[in-house]
Amino acid sequence: MLAAMPDVSIRAEGLVKHFGSVHALDGVDLEVATGTVLGLLGPNGAGKTTCVRILTTLLRPDAGRAEVAGVDVAHDPDGVRRRIGLAGQYAAVDENLTGLENLFMVGRLNHLPKDVSRRRAAELLARFDLADAGDRTVKTYSGGMRRRLDLAAALVNNPPVLFLDEPTTGLDPRSRTSLWGVIDDLVAEGTTLLLTTQYLEEADRLADRIAVVDHGRVIAEGTATELKADYGSTVVEIEIARLRDAGKARRALAAVGHVRDGNDRRKVRVTLEEGARGLVEVVRALDGADVQVTDLDVHEPSLDDVFLSLTGRTATDEEETEPEAKAS
Amino acid sequence: MSIAAPARGWNGSLRWAVSDALTITWRNLLGITRIPELVVFSFVQPVMFVLLFRYVFGGAINVPGASYVDFLMPGIFVQTVMFGGVQTGIGLAEDLNKGLIERFRSLPMARSAVLAGRTLADVVRNVFVVIIMIVVGFAVGFRVHTSWWQFVFAMLLLIFVGYAFSWVMAIVGLSVGNAESAQAAAFPLIFPFVFASSAFVPTQTMPSWLAAFANHQPVSYTVDAVRDLVLGGPTATDVWVTIAYAAGMLAIFGPLAVRRYRRAVS
Repeated sequence: MLAAMPDVSIRAEGLVKHFGSVHALDGVDLEVATGTVLGLLGPNGAGKTTCVRILTTLLRPDAGRAEVAGVDVAHDPDGVRRRIGLAGQYAAVDENLTGLENLFMVGRLNHLPKDVSRRRAAELLARFDLADAGDRTVKTYSGGMRRRLDLAAALVNNPPVLFLDEPTTGLDPRSRTSLWGVIDDLVAEGTTLLLTTQYLEEADRLADRIAVVDHGRVIAEGTATELKADYGSTVVEIEIARLRDAGKARRALAAVGHVRDGNDRRKVRVTLEEGARGLVEVVRALDGADVQVTDLDVHEPSLDDVFLSLTGRTATDEEETEPEAKAS
Repeated sequence: MSIAAPARGWNGSLRWAVSDALTITWRNLLGITRIPELVVFSFVQPVMFVLLFRYVFGGAINVPGASYVDFLMPGIFVQTVMFGGVQTGIGLAEDLNKGLIERFRSLPMARSAVLAGRTLADVVRNVFVVIIMIVVGFAVGFRVHTSWWQFVFAMLLLIFVGYAFSWVMAIVGLSVGNAESAQAAAFPLIFPFVFASSAFVPTQTMPSWLAAFANHQPVSYTVDAVRDLVLGGPTATDVWVTIAYAAGMLAIFGPLAVRRYRRAVS
């Protein structure tokens, strides 16, 4: 039944979605190659969740089109639903049912036969380290266990394409690391994954490519390394041997990058716009000016720097919430 | 392989719609049994109403041609199923709030199943509550003056009205998005229909403008139909109007509720 998978498993072109005067999406283009992970990175309210909701058929876009696993979301939403798994920001599981009952129900609603649903539920519980808790109601589960069950529920139908909307928001570091391990395994098995997150570390750790979203638009896209090289800045800190060389060093380095003053007069800090490639020129400039150096430190850019330089703010400091998407 | 086959044709999709609805019914009924305190409270309130009207207000209310307890019980039955319908709204609001509706909507299941399964589970619960009410009613002196089959028909009619009404509550639940608001929104909606009706007092004693409303609204017709069926009297008009009201509610609010569901996101 599995048709040959297309090379591109998620494709969005010009997605627009407005809620009243709020422009949740303002023309989003995305492409996720089969078997890879795209991280949608952005602050709260950037449009990440709206994007996922359109791709998973929960919302219809006002304009634009999207294809998931080769199926058009507008023309054949049920076809898309059969090929995707979705785990959202909340653990969307029934608290009054046991873990096993929850997964069995999702199996039945995926139209798997009863025996297959039961077997699949047991398999997933074992895989997610929930086998012992399978017969307890979810009410008694910890936050991390609920998230694992939620992710398991998204996998009942073995979907080739998986959407995870902020899968680790609100989890403690241990549960987060354990969930990352599970996600790694899925990707290793060939699942195509679109993941939204406001944690730069998470995007860096899990995603092959990262799309930075802000105000309903993709403002940058690339691998973490590319983004860091393009938008981050490398800072070089030089400790000079002779204090009287300080002025000479500053003048020489001004031609290479932006010189900043520090508290320590023996240290000169240079921001290199071209990334680490400029390091050679730093050394050359210092040598040419005959400045003796006792220490040289290179600070590589982080995704935080990328985010800051792209959006003018850090990833988690905005507390606006995603626009309430209650269609009226 | 593991991607389930699409439903083929009208027969296929109808079969899945039924199967999906039954899965959701199973889930909801299982959920009800897991919160025994909720089950108990859904019995306690109507029982308290019986005792309140039977023993506190009852002595002061005179109804022509019947004892007050016989007059009262049909009203209490109808009130019970109406209040039971609120549970449909509360349950759906809770599902929406917890993100479950989004999960269901991302699955290849029938769009009607969540609502059909919820309302069906609530019918089952209503049947149990009505049975308890019948027992309590008999204990406080209520008697059927017609035949057992007319009584059974009255109870079925009642359950049907409650079912139709729960679709109205489904819209409320999906619109407000959390259990507390669903409850708060439902009450002012139900209150005038249940109390400005023939459920507890004869409408003749009301001011004429209120009686005009009370005499023509669905709760009164339902109460009168049940009363006719268990106490005796000409039944045809009240029963037919009641059925028409309930069928009309289903025909209008059923599709509206499904429409609301198709757009619901938390």
